[in-house]
Amino acid sequence: MGANDMTAPLGQAVLRKEDQRYLTGTGQYTDDVAMPRQTHAYFLRSPHAHATIRAIDTSKAKDAPGVVAIFTGADLAGVNGLPCGWLITGTDGKPMNEPPHPVLAQGKVRYVGDPVALVVAETPNQAKDAAELIEVDYDVLPATVRTDDALRAGSAQIHEQAPGNRCYTWALGDRAAVDAAFAKAAHVTKLDIVNNRLVPNAIEPRAAVASYNRAEDSYTLYVANQNPHVERLLMTAFVLGLPEHKVRVIAPDVGGGFGSKIYLYPEETAMVWASKRVGRPIKWAAERSEAFLADAHGRDHDTHAELALDGDGKFLALKVSTVANMGAYLSTFASCIPTILYATLLAGQYTTPAIWCEVTAVFTNTAPVDAYRGAGRPEATYVVERIVHQAAHEMGIPQDDIRRRNFIRTFPYQTPVALNYDTGNYDATLDQAMKIADVAGFEARKAEAKKRGKLRGIGYASYIEACGLAPSNIAGALGARAGLFEAGEVRVNPTGSVTVFTGSHSHGQGHETTFSQVVAARLGIPIENVDVVHGDTGRIPFGMGTYGSRSLAVGGTAIVKALDKIVAKGRKIAAHLLEAAESDIEFKDGKFTVAGTDRSKTFGEVALTAYVPHNYPLDKLEPGLDETAFYDPTNFTYPAGTHICEVEVDPDTGQVQVVAFTASDDFGNIINPMIVAGQVHGGVAQGIGQALLEHCVYDRDTGQLLTGSLMDYALPRADDVPSFKVDTQVTPCTHNPLGAKGCGEAGAIGAPAAMMNAVMDALAPLGVTHLDMPASPHRVWQALQQARA
Amino acid sequence: MSVSLSLMVNGAAVREDVDPRTLLVDFLRRDLGLTGTHVGCDTAQCGACTVHVDGRAIKSCNVLAVQLQGAKVTTIEGIAGPNGELHPMQAAFKECHGLQCGFCTTGMVMSAIELAQRHPKADEATIRAELEGNLCRCTGYHNIVKAVAQGSAAMAK
Repeated sequence: MGANDMTAPLGQAVLRKEDQRYLTGTGQYTDDVAMPRQTHAYFLRSPHAHATIRAIDTSKAKDAPGVVAIFTGADLAGVNGLPCGWLITGTDGKPMNEPPHPVLAQGKVRYVGDPVALVVAETPNQAKDAAELIEVDYDVLPATVRTDDALRAGSAQIHEQAPGNRCYTWALGDRAAVDAAFAKAAHVTKLDIVNNRLVPNAIEPRAAVASYNRAEDSYTLYVANQNPHVERLLMTAFVLGLPEHKVRVIAPDVGGGFGSKIYLYPEETAMVWASKRVGRPIKWAAERSEAFLADAHGRDHDTHAELALDGDGKFLALKVSTVANMGAYLSTFASCIPTILYATLLAGQYTTPAIWCEVTAVFTNTAPVDAYRGAGRPEATYVVERIVHQAAHEMGIPQDDIRRRNFIRTFPYQTPVALNYDTGNYDATLDQAMKIADVAGFEARKAEAKKRGKLRGIGYASYIEACGLAPSNIAGALGARAGLFEAGEVRVNPTGSVTVFTGSHSHGQGHETTFSQVVAARLGIPIENVDVVHGDTGRIPFGMGTYGSRSLAVGGTAIVKALDKIVAKGRKIAAHLLEAAESDIEFKDGKFTVAGTDRSKTFGEVALTAYVPHNYPLDKLEPGLDETAFYDPTNFTYPAGTHICEVEVDPDTGQVQVVAFTASDDFGNIINPMIVAGQVHGGVAQGIGQALLEHCVYDRDTGQLLTGSLMDYALPRADDVPSFKVDTQVTPCTHNPLGAKGCGEAGAIGAPAAMMNAVMDALAPLGVTHLDMPASPHRVWQALQQARA
Repeated sequence: MSVSLSLMVNGAAVREDVDPRTLLVDFLRRDLGLTGTHVGCDTAQCGACTVHVDGRAIKSCNVLAVQLQGAKVTTIEGIAGPNGELHPMQAAFKECHGLQCGFCTTGMVMSAIELAQRHPKADEATIRAELEGNLCRCTGYHNIVKAVAQGSAAMAK
């Protein structure tokens, strides 16, 4: 399949196959799994941000009604800690500090929510009631909570293995070149920005059901997870020391992930371990307040950035210094987010010749922080696009103009921060966004808003992202402890229908439909004849799962490569049946034809022959039609685009309303435009959520989570966001056969910067020079009062 | 101690002995196996557990099962046609791509049906305001709003 060979049903808005079960309530999420004799788990968690555990007394709790077993850190003393999947080497040449991350607390708790005991009982309420009877004698210690407090002298030390609360200091780029460029700059723009901490809040809370089969000495874990094979590998090989083949991990229907369900968490690890000891299945479903405490959070960067420009507004150099909060322990991919997935993106869409970025990752007494939709790339985009906006403002250059003066237009393009962009057309997405957003009519809309007493602003974000993290060997050299390929199996059944087994996992992205379109187009069979199976280590060859907008570009390509093998074998079978040379057989529209003749065999006939091989070259060819492929990309993909946001601010209340949002994105070739638009809508809403509403706040002294429920943490609701205007431009990815780049995170990457730039555009005429996310009424009103004073 | 509870669920009479502290959503999911009604929060904010009680959309996480003595409860499993054909609101969600992961969807559809009954010709602003009790993290609401408008129009026919 060539990059531009878009055969039907590729490119069509096919309605989703998975919707029938979701709409009728017959989907099966982890909490819907009910096993015979199942017990229920409850995790007793630390109420303190930082404390030594003097003693735990479970005796009363063990006698409580319905209690089956209680386990604490002492019971798991022989079990390893949870691993971190990426080793960052610091500027000092030393590996990052990797303190142990125990499954259940070992002698010390380090954040509010740190799991201390696992209670297993006949019912969820009995487990919860019994947990209240566990007496934990804590010696409360001072806590280090805020990112900007972690490195301060005198702050509480969280891990012996991490002096000064430092995980690593790491840098990328050419500092000398940057310093030289700053020395000759005509203008320097400086910015201090906070990328606010977020709680992912997939609407399905995490859940797990673990069981042990004594007859087979094997385990089965149902878990709300984005990458079951990675979960299994980490859990068995690194933590529990179980044989990998004796553990089956099933991630059935999963109700959203956004990164938060990538990781190996303590809960399911403890449950798998305990399931053998209890001898009965154990089930756990997090409550939402528990999810706030114990899910990996996102973002949380403090950054100082400086941009050097010449007199014409050309960028000469960018200098960035960031402190990134890891929380109390290193979550599975925490260490690579503010480094490999952040600093490498600081070129953005621009030809900035010199960039230097230094990142210090710190530990605090807060929940672990890891990838959340965009993972490093929203943070990078926010730095670049906020400072570009500010520079344009300071130099009196129109916002579109400053971007055009600096766009990369020659590809492939080697950035000064390690990435090599294969293709793109940044003018095209900027032009399209400006047209759809009716930028020409903005001044009139602003004047009309002013009559109503509202301040109207417009903001741009021309973002780039790197998706489909790869290739494995380079990632390995940079510290990755896992591969970054994907696997796919295409099993043709004897009657010609097809079952696809993919290592990608779908938790809302619609893979069952998109992947079916890819298979149907390639084999020339109806979409209805294709089923897609995912999320089960017992059925799928292998898989790295779904994160980083990789599923179509990497997982889809693995399927395409397996399809190539199917077609190649089918050609051999058809050549035998048609008594023709294999090289003369063409495959098109579901038919193998002898070139230049009307002699052909349908795909179904060939499939049947493969499984009923009566007339078959058995001496040369195995029966059956079932092929597996692994695909390791040669490069990242580089989706990019421009988002334009318009806001109205009420100066009396500080209320910000997003009145229009336009996204023009280049995702390469698109298989299903309906699904792609839906991905953009959702990402944009999460990006607006970050910029307008969402903020995870811990009390600075006690480390108590102040935003611990949906009544305190503001998720966007339907009336917080407008309808979105989205469209696409296409420059096909040059290095995968689908020409696909990925679309899952773009909205969350572009929207925060676009929205905050719009707010700053509205407020700057009144003298407001600084505002951090979220632009809550209180913050905006305060900024306006300070500007007036 | 348990209480004898009699009610109608999706048109069928149900009689069960329940622990008085059992929430309606747990009764539906655990006792009756109706797992299409989901639990997304613990503060009655997300709406994933929305069901109809005597024709009104309510959050089943926020009411005890024993409060429903003699009530008529309809869940997502009870709204499709007798031969499994989708309710017009379910069909509209599919046609408008008003769902992604599906977890909030069942509650969203139950709220939308009641919304359509109260506001047969709701405009976008009304739909958005009326959906404030149902959270979705996937769709950005864009296509949900379209689906509710289309589903309402279909229900009015």
